[in-house]
Amino acid sequence: MKKRSKRYEFFETLEVNKDTFLHEIPEIGLLTTQSPSDPRPSLKIVDGRVVEMDGKPLEDFDLIDRFIADYSLDLEIAEEAMALGSLEFARRIVDINVPRSEIVKYAGGMTPAKIVEVVSHLNPVEMMMAVQKMRTRRTPANQAHVCNKKDDPALLAAEAATAALVGFAELETTIGVSRHAFSNALGILIGSQIGRPGTLTQCSCEEALELSIGMRGFTTYAETLSVYGTEKVFQDGDDLPWSKMFLGSAYLSRGLKNRFTSGSGSEVLMGGGEGKSMQYLEARCLALVRGSGTQGVQNGGIDCTPINSALPGGQLSVMAENLIAMLWDLECASGNDTPWSGSPTREVAHMLPWIVTGTDFIHSGFGATTASDNMFSGSGFNIENLDEEIALQRDFKIDCGLKSVAEEEVIAVRSKAAKAMQTLCEVLDFPRYTDEQIEKVIYAHSSDDIDRDLNDNIRMSQEILKRHLTIVDVIKALAEAGETEIAETLLNMVKQRMAGDYLQTSGIYDHNLQCISAINDANDYAGPGSGYRVSEDRWAEIKGIRQAKSFDDFTASQRWDGASSVGLRLTLKEVGPASKGTGLDEVVVGISPAFAQDLNKTLAGLYVGDVLYELLAGIEEEGCVSRVVRIENSTDLGMIGLKAAKLSGSGIAIGLQSKGTTIIHQKDLPPLDNLELFPMGPLLTLETYRKIGRNASLYAKGQQPPTIPTIWGQSILQIRARAEPIVVMLQQIEEKNIHKDKDCAELEVKFIPLEENEK
Amino acid sequence: MKNHWVSFQDYPFGKKRPDLIKTLTGKSWDDITLTAVLNGAVTDQDIRISPDTLLLQAKIAELAGRKRLADNFRRAAELCHVPDDKVMEIYNALRPFRRTREELEAMADELERDYAVLNANLVREAAAAYEKRGFLKNPPPAA
Repeated sequence: MKKRSKRYEFFETLEVNKDTFLHEIPEIGLLTTQSPSDPRPSLKIVDGRVVEMDGKPLEDFDLIDRFIADYSLDLEIAEEAMALGSLEFARRIVDINVPRSEIVKYAGGMTPAKIVEVVSHLNPVEMMMAVQKMRTRRTPANQAHVCNKKDDPALLAAEAATAALVGFAELETTIGVSRHAFSNALGILIGSQIGRPGTLTQCSCEEALELSIGMRGFTTYAETLSVYGTEKVFQDGDDLPWSKMFLGSAYLSRGLKNRFTSGSGSEVLMGGGEGKSMQYLEARCLALVRGSGTQGVQNGGIDCTPINSALPGGQLSVMAENLIAMLWDLECASGNDTPWSGSPTREVAHMLPWIVTGTDFIHSGFGATTASDNMFSGSGFNIENLDEEIALQRDFKIDCGLKSVAEEEVIAVRSKAAKAMQTLCEVLDFPRYTDEQIEKVIYAHSSDDIDRDLNDNIRMSQEILKRHLTIVDVIKALAEAGETEIAETLLNMVKQRMAGDYLQTSGIYDHNLQCISAINDANDYAGPGSGYRVSEDRWAEIKGIRQAKSFDDFTASQRWDGASSVGLRLTLKEVGPASKGTGLDEVVVGISPAFAQDLNKTLAGLYVGDVLYELLAGIEEEGCVSRVVRIENSTDLGMIGLKAAKLSGSGIAIGLQSKGTTIIHQKDLPPLDNLELFPMGPLLTLETYRKIGRNASLYAKGQQPPTIPTIWGQSILQIRARAEPIVVMLQQIEEKNIHKDKDCAELEVKFIPLEENEK
Repeated sequence: MKNHWVSFQDYPFGKKRPDLIKTLTGKSWDDITLTAVLNGAVTDQDIRISPDTLLLQAKIAELAGRKRLADNFRRAAELCHVPDDKVMEIYNALRPFRRTREELEAMADELERDYAVLNANLVREAAAAYEKRGFLKNPPPAA
């Protein structure tokens, strides 16, 4: 065995190096773009009929070519569009002076090979500029997965209510067991309308079953109408472009919104890549979507994202496929769902472009439950990451369609949703929920926290099926049981299906149950100052995350109350101006203006009384005498230390700020110099303070004290990151306690044992 | 076909022009109330979208330059009165190797008789394409 570098052995432990990275294999189509077998763009039209497309003559057309030629291409503009230089058109896409409508017009006449050639000229930043302009709806939105591994309908309702309240415009559930489909769909429908009326819901399952659930009124949209870029793989999926096209119309005929699903890599995964690049095949899929007249698509890798992540240019290619969908004027639910990598850095990098630009649905689905309850074999982002995305909105002043909600609000909607399901089970004579079970649902974090018999869920779904129950029966049952408000809300959603407004491209409902789509909220980006901008109200909402603290919150939490973790209450009594000491064995401790007045805890969370106790104990352990003075007119640690040192009989002093930063100073040094400095307030322990006290004593006695070790490492950097903003607050409070007219005050120090009940 | 004089000003209809909306069974927007549901005056068919409403949406899509989506709305309008089971049957028939050319043609004729002309055309176009590429069910051997 070769001798191993410890560095390279360490590298092997990293998540990024557990990811799979592959070299391209063009022969089987395992590459993102520019396969040697990809066709050159071409189009020949004779007598209004396409006779050659992307290098292939009419007689060789497969089903997909024929479908694209017959339905997808806008033949009126096609010849002009194909004649445009791809680089020139790519430039127009990012040119703010060329309106979106003009891009859409020409893109509609481009073949799959042509559109791929166009986007190949764009780098990631240009893709982002393009998406900002080309997405169909002006206002960005987000979609969530809502599932649980027990398929419990009350928990689904509670989780859907939570996700809708947080702001997800669409909620998607799927099923562990297909027999649960009806009760799952009903659960998220009821919950979603309680969380936020107008939230759209779907239940992803087998095509025919999904349509029948929609026909009963238990869902409002569908998106798992999968299309593929080669004839062979399409056929393996037991569908063809015409059957999918018909299915899309069938959904519309029942007032159900739908979008297709594609995503590069599925063909090569199913062994049918035909040596074509993944992006070229995806462009064919998108042409099919366009030709079918469906308003939108879910793409961006989707289930095959991990294949992209293994290949060179994978991220760029996934961006490009989202962009192609938008160039063809389709609503785009832009993926960012399937886990991309085991490395959190790669995961976030994958979604960052689209959370910044905004898309019609940034995630198509963000897991709104724990990752363990996400039955879509997980999402890269789950409830564990929700607060992160909400924080990112605030960091970048961007809109991912989400808002921070208080714990009480969430409990309130979960309670309403779970109890509505309980009521429904009673009045429709489904297996019932006990009050205890509902209580658990309301307060649950995951399905591990609930305990309903799984067979009850199966029975419920079977009852819905057997008794041919529809949404009308559900509304009636709830109203009869006195749940009038919920019944009204559900009925309002039903009426939206009668109007069909949300069937237009990118239709969703805003917070006022107003339908917004690419009709009345069309993307009008034309450079800075145009397009979607975070409004003042929305900014206030984004800023006001529940974790944010005000100065007043801080002041209240810091006020001196004599608390101690070692059982000794500090009292400080001012006894006049401080005098200069004479004893050569004297070490003075100078404390900052707000110390044990308006500030009572250090950055490490230690009570300031305890810190002072340890310093004094350390000084006296080494045989010196301590004295405490308050520096009234400076908050600067160097000045505090130096002023104290000038008062000290030995010329040695310790300066201590309320936040815990400490200095050992000597009277003849410049203020910014020191004997020892302990700037990392968050890291200092009581033990360290005692050592600092001892070292000060040793300096006073003219001895060389031992080094006090400093802890360092990754976690410490995080501590520092968290402490620095707090320092700003603490500094403000220190400043408020400054007395410009005073200098140093002599303090009488006492530590009084706390009574049992005070600890 | 009725001429619908609508524009973006009327959209969304649910908010701005509920007077234009009739359900599949001819009920108006204001007929659908909770009281009516409680009285049993509303069935699941009463709350379905109507062909006329889908044609209004087709018009809006067309005004927005979305010809293909408009066509989709028009095909959907034809399917409103086709029963659920029949819709599922047509979908399944269009999947690979399910029907012979003759069976698909017969299905198209039936659709045409039921005034679903656009869908009939779609089925015929599919049949022609499937035949060319071998995605039809093989006809039973001649007796």
